[in-house]
Amino acid sequence: MKHLAEYRDGDTARRLAAEIGRIVTRPWALMEVCGGQTHSIIRNGVDQLLPPEVELIHGPGCPVCVTPLETIDRALAIAARPGVIFCSFGDMLRVPGSRDNLFAVKARGADVRVVYSPLDAIALAKAHPDREVVFLAIGFETTAPANAMAVKLARQHGLANFSMLVSHVLVPPAIEAIMRSPGNRVSAFLAAGHVCSVMGTWQYPPLAERFRVPIVVTGFEPLDLLEGIRRTVAQLEAGRHEVENAYARVVTERGNEAAQRVIAEVFAPVDRAWRGIGVIPDSGWRLADAYRDFDAEIRFAVGDVTAVESPLCHSGEVLKGTLKPNQCPAFGRECTPRTPLGATMVSSEGACAAYYHAGRFVEPAIAGATHDAS
Amino acid sequence: MCLAVPGRVESIHDEQGTRMGRVNFGGVVKDVCLAYLPDLDVGDYTIVHVDFAISKIDEASAHETLRTFAELGLLDEGLAELRGEATDGGPTP
Repeated sequence: MKHLAEYRDGDTARRLAAEIGRIVTRPWALMEVCGGQTHSIIRNGVDQLLPPEVELIHGPGCPVCVTPLETIDRALAIAARPGVIFCSFGDMLRVPGSRDNLFAVKARGADVRVVYSPLDAIALAKAHPDREVVFLAIGFETTAPANAMAVKLARQHGLANFSMLVSHVLVPPAIEAIMRSPGNRVSAFLAAGHVCSVMGTWQYPPLAERFRVPIVVTGFEPLDLLEGIRRTVAQLEAGRHEVENAYARVVTERGNEAAQRVIAEVFAPVDRAWRGIGVIPDSGWRLADAYRDFDAEIRFAVGDVTAVESPLCHSGEVLKGTLKPNQCPAFGRECTPRTPLGATMVSSEGACAAYYHAGRFVEPAIAGATHDAS
Repeated sequence: MCLAVPGRVESIHDEQGTRMGRVNFGGVVKDVCLAYLPDLDVGDYTIVHVDFAISKIDEASAHETLRTFAELGLLDEGLAELRGEATDGGPTP
């Protein structure tokens, strides 16, 4: 398929990896922020092509993984109400709450439906005027234009039976939190290409400057990832810390301004708790005051929940990049995709699930340690 | 979650005041909201996420990136020739 197949060529991938090997002189730890990139890296073995000096640390950019436990518990409480059609992206259904997941609530008779787009939830609200249709609106900046438009359409079409449980999260505050966290080893970031297709690259130069880290906007295909890594390593080796765009066919400096305007109208910044990580100031969006009548948290009065996390789950350390999934004592034992303890083992973009499905059960050697040439 | 797929715009229409289009993803055609890309035309390629077109693909930038990759290959093979080594693999597509 055009604009995909060209970026998957194995020979070019090996050449790019060889070029990275040629320019690197010492160990570097790069974080890919986005879970979609983690998935592509592990599935395509991009990390295994790299010279041993270059380590990829998997970041917190999996919205399913970082959606706070309290939000899952609120979702479960709303979904169990009579008369509710609860709509969610499929990945969320198996995410464990304090006691249950959405599948279990559905099995007990609740009307829980998987939708592919928030537009599907709007269509359900139109088709079922006698039911309350609630959409679990999670995601990073990439998904915000779609979710914001759904709320606007609900108002435009007078759909008083539609509401949203919103748990949006943002990349730049997460980068800041990672750089400020004790024990941080990240020396550069591959910024998430599709987040930047919406938001542009203008948010990142202050971060690159303040923390003296290269930030390279990177795509998702194997060659896109290798090119992003090549440019990042080139910066690190030269002692530069700039924002570069290695995904220019999709990302512009200003981003999608029409989408940014609608986001600014529908959403407002909020301090957000990230599952496993904790509260990061101004790291999320809630519905703006003008759209609070579509806020499911208010409509169903589920603000007050007490959440309990599994004591065996180390997903917070995995999300911050201080622990590789297969270094967790529960990985592949108590915690598998069939019996997940944390959301990182559920989502197809979660680092733990990516490692499990790729058969990465062995703890990797630490970058910079002695390696056999292979 | 942030998975977004390139597709080609086949047609554009209005649906109750919202700009929509039919977008072809390698043979699979879906209805996609084009409200955020008012300049997108039939024949353009766009990146689509959860049925919303979020970015138009810039063909010139795509060519530029692919040219960089091709040059990297030529450089590699050129160096190998200079060293008198055989290049591995067949011709690049």
